[in-house]
Amino acid sequence: MQGSTSVSALGARHASGASSSAAAEREPGARKGARAAGGTAGLKRAHYREARLPLLLLLPQLLVLLLFFFIPAIRALAQAFVLTDPFGNSVQFVWFDNFRALLTSPEYQSSVWVTIWFTLAQNAITLAIAMVLAFATDRVVRARGLYRSVILLPYAIAPVIAGILWAFLFNPSVGPIAFLLKGMGIAWDPIRSGFDAFLLVTFAASWKHICYDYIFLVAALLAVPPSLVEAAAVDGAGPLLRFFRIGLPMISPTIFFLLAMNFVYGFFETFAIIDAVTKGGPGGATMILVYKVYLDGFVHIDLGSSAAQSVLMMIFALVLTMVQFRYVERNVNYDV
Amino acid sequence: MVERTRGLDIACHVLLILGGLLVCLPIWFAFVVGSHTTADVLTLPPPWLPGDRFFENAATAWQKGNLGRLFVNSFVVAVGIAGGKIAVSLLSAFAIAYFRFRWRMVAFWLIFVSLMLPVEVRILPTYEAVANVALPLQWLAGLAGLSVALDWNMMNSYGGLILPLIASATATFLFRQFFLTVPEELCEAARIDGAGALRFFRSILLPLSVPNMVALAIILFLYGWNQYLWPLLFTTDKSMATAVIGLKSLIPQSDSEPAWNIAMNAALLVMLPPVAVVMVLQRWLVKGLVDAGK
Repeated sequence: MQGSTSVSALGARHASGASSSAAAEREPGARKGARAAGGTAGLKRAHYREARLPLLLLLPQLLVLLLFFFIPAIRALAQAFVLTDPFGNSVQFVWFDNFRALLTSPEYQSSVWVTIWFTLAQNAITLAIAMVLAFATDRVVRARGLYRSVILLPYAIAPVIAGILWAFLFNPSVGPIAFLLKGMGIAWDPIRSGFDAFLLVTFAASWKHICYDYIFLVAALLAVPPSLVEAAAVDGAGPLLRFFRIGLPMISPTIFFLLAMNFVYGFFETFAIIDAVTKGGPGGATMILVYKVYLDGFVHIDLGSSAAQSVLMMIFALVLTMVQFRYVERNVNYDV
Repeated sequence: MVERTRGLDIACHVLLILGGLLVCLPIWFAFVVGSHTTADVLTLPPPWLPGDRFFENAATAWQKGNLGRLFVNSFVVAVGIAGGKIAVSLLSAFAIAYFRFRWRMVAFWLIFVSLMLPVEVRILPTYEAVANVALPLQWLAGLAGLSVALDWNMMNSYGGLILPLIASATATFLFRQFFLTVPEELCEAARIDGAGALRFFRSILLPLSVPNMVALAIILFLYGWNQYLWPLLFTTDKSMATAVIGLKSLIPQSDSEPAWNIAMNAALLVMLPPVAVVMVLQRWLVKGLVDAGK
């Protein structure tokens, strides 16, 4: 089963990486009408020519996108340039004032830094642990399936529950680990100490995400051709040397991909952990950008600022997606 | 393995066991605390071994959190999101891969762009969109000089919880990529036999896609069950909340009775369905994840 997983993974990656152009090149027939309206990139050679049916098929998805995606995004864009009072009575066009106010506000700057440190720490912890576990899984023969099942568990657990579990462990009055820390003479109080709170949410976020990186790394390591590994072994390279000289370079595209995915996770999906554990506190020590958008929009009802923050985050998400794409394209060159 | 390395093998097992312990640690303590009385939980040192009140606590949590109702909600939402996403994406992918028509690349890019903006970055405007789905219609009417008293509020409804999350660029691409690997001969043969596009889709493409659909359905079920931000915003009515949201109201705040035993028990109950899905359907999950990750 594991073999088939990795094969299908590679197949899928190549298909997506090659994307439209390579697929078209493989099928000379598809290139003939490339100039026709609509293009033929990624089109099957055996296809239908109908005008109305495909639009009907696309309609549900496009309708949902229009209502809940494009219109809201455009409205966010529009809102970012106006000043609205909380009751919605007066609207004033203010150009870039919202952005200027945002970028010069110390709270936003601190939130940016918190987000950067949070995602970096989470990325490093997650990838390091996942890498060690994937390497070990690749080596062991016995009980491999059992280890995998256990390590996969957090994938099923909602981020908010992960947050609650860790918040309990480290709760200064009832948590078992907090009790141990106190026994060792470490002053631990995530409710008052910003640094402790930051550590707590970082742990919870990493714990929840290790399984994701782990799955991909195990699949990628399985896809490393055994002939290469064996040749290196014949030349006298030990397991660790082989891992660093063959395994790691071969799976580097997967690592880049996971880096991007970890950033996406850290920036957006950790909202629930923050909301359940610290609510951005104490003193903004865990106020990541997503949480600030929510707080400013729904609690402080500062619509202009919240919209401006949304726009900045959209730009950032755009950059991340581009990076992801570069990874996909680079991946094609690997002749695994 | 290529050679015998006893020391390294043992080290690997030790590392994996440590990793497993790290994963299980929070879950174990949730179980321990969930099986004690509130008074026991507050004693020092905290209990390390489970007590005998697990089922009583579970019953209390079930009742206090109204979990029966919330589980139904969660189930409807999770299945709705999974089914909706798969249906919508299958149709779109079919249209994009198998039809040559005028706005083909435009449609492709419209769907693709949605990949770039996660739900979380456009919270507020999307909230407005769901609070009144007819808003865009009102705009249009306003442009035409009409004032329409249209108001279609999707708050506190399954529709509001499901519909905004149904569009999926990832699922569309997954199916599109799968369709690109389907042999051309199948479509040609179907056409020679006189099958139209829809017949080809229903009788050949759909059965072929079943493995992909199952794998994706698992991931999307977990995604739907574990949704947090949407239900938090869109359900002001407590009986329309999902299990994950209901759980949050059981967590002791600083000024309430510290009933951690009930809260942790409820946490275990709420994570049980997705955990069961992952345990039973693990192979499919791994396939789906790796495929969907491009």
